[in-house]
Amino acid sequence: MDLSVNIAGMKLKNPVIAASGTFGFGREYSKFFDLNMLGGISVKGLTLEPRKGNEPPRIAETPAGILNSVGLQNPGVHAFIRDEIPFLRGFGTAVIVNVAGNTVDDYRAIVEILSGADIDAIELNVSCPNVKEGCLLFGSTAKGVFEVTGVVRKVCKKPLIVKLSPNVTDITEIAKAAEDAGADCVSLINTLLGMSIDIETRKPVLANVMGGLSGPAVKPVAVRMVYETAKAVRIPVIGMGGISNGNDAVEFMLAGASAVMVGTAGFVNPNVWVETIQGIEQYMKENGFEKAADLTGALIV
Amino acid sequence: MDFRERIVKTETLSKDIHLIRIRSERITDSAVPGQFVNVRCSGGLDAYLRRPISICRVCPSDKTFDIAYMKRGKGTILLCDFREGDMIDVTGPLGSGFTMPQTREKIAVVGGGIGIFPLLYLIDSCNDVEKTVFLGFRSKDAVVLKDDFEHSSNSLVIATDDGTFGIKGFVTEPFFNWLQSNRPDRVYTCGPLPMIKRIAEYCIERDIFCEVSMEQRMGCGIGACLVCACKVKEGSDFSYARVCSDGPVFRAEKLVLE
Repeated sequence: MDLSVNIAGMKLKNPVIAASGTFGFGREYSKFFDLNMLGGISVKGLTLEPRKGNEPPRIAETPAGILNSVGLQNPGVHAFIRDEIPFLRGFGTAVIVNVAGNTVDDYRAIVEILSGADIDAIELNVSCPNVKEGCLLFGSTAKGVFEVTGVVRKVCKKPLIVKLSPNVTDITEIAKAAEDAGADCVSLINTLLGMSIDIETRKPVLANVMGGLSGPAVKPVAVRMVYETAKAVRIPVIGMGGISNGNDAVEFMLAGASAVMVGTAGFVNPNVWVETIQGIEQYMKENGFEKAADLTGALIV
Repeated sequence: MDFRERIVKTETLSKDIHLIRIRSERITDSAVPGQFVNVRCSGGLDAYLRRPISICRVCPSDKTFDIAYMKRGKGTILLCDFREGDMIDVTGPLGSGFTMPQTREKIAVVGGGIGIFPLLYLIDSCNDVEKTVFLGFRSKDAVVLKDDFEHSSNSLVIATDDGTFGIKGFVTEPFFNWLQSNRPDRVYTCGPLPMIKRIAEYCIERDIFCEVSMEQRMGCGIGACLVCACKVKEGSDFSYARVCSDGPVFRAEKLVLE
């Protein structure tokens, strides 16, 4: 059986990628399993300069999920290149670098820097709901996504993935804008903007008031958006949102995803990435699929 | 990796406080005082996240450790359903531990409410050290593990907010009084933020070594997700450290306590 998939000019040994923001730079989970097993790792979102992130509490548990408001805490792109790439390159796993910025110039500058680094792809984060400036401001309109993707495309020498927000009226319009501006791939969904209130204190649980919802609770919304997007664009789609096992991953692939990202479930089950790969393999065996790539869009409607 | 371990005992310590004893060579062989485990309260999607709970005691000879928790939310209500013989999913030991005192040093330990539990493991693990313990509780009903703390310390002082047991008032008062005529080599504290803050400030002013065990809502519990942020000094500025992996134990002078 062939688990490998080709997306955006990258060959992944399997379709399972650790989702950005849930996996740091891989060091922590490397104590739990061999990172060589992963198809890829999308690292914690980076900005040009280090960012402190938001005030705690930054997490609220919600039914079958969590809200987070980390706010892009990261050491900055230069520290990442110096301190983390050598570690990540010790594994035979694709390294995808998630990037964010306040302005179009920020995005251009960080992508220019990373184009010269030893990485496999860049994931443009235009969908973080937890920062005041930039990011989602670009990602919430087709015009904004077209503009930032187009500017970045001109300097980007790596496969370019655009990570989309579900907090929009029509995600297919945004996906098409990314495609038209030269994106090689889109990944979706980022977190859904949500809120949780402690009725005893009458205060929001998150210091930042609102945060991004992830986990099993968002899965049906994510599958629907992947399904719609995969029909609307010709470039490959990476699906994510609440994946907790191989069956969930297969669901996304049948809906049209070429690969999947798994994140929040790892907080509860550090084995989730390995189990998801094994679960996809099991499904393929039981259902007569020779190639994982054949699962993509194999939905019968 | 299989994280399931056998529960060998459950015990109700007070109306709200419960204890679970778990057999796990993986955890007892590597744990140090101050560390915690991350417990899965259900197999399903309710109380979705693991609950970080400090290790309260380790018994190396029978490879068991204890966790104690307050029943106060979805997760801890589910934990109360576990019984002797059940399997429970625990990752760990996690986080940084306390700096252990050296022999013949004099230490003071100050705990408030559910903050007392990691301190029992700490004093249980120091031999040939003079240990003075101060514990604060809401009221007499909330006083737990008194005999255990008494057994593992040279002197134990208990305060309750309402005066129904021991000294009336916050535990910081008898502790500060004691400090008038005593100078410990090290102070360790865990409990409500206002208590921690006063103790930390007092120790920093007098240049007494002080370590604090911090609490924050966690996600992954291993340092990857950055949600359990805690303000620490960085030159004239601050940054956010991770309570789960940079802590939960921090040197008092590193923390920005607000």
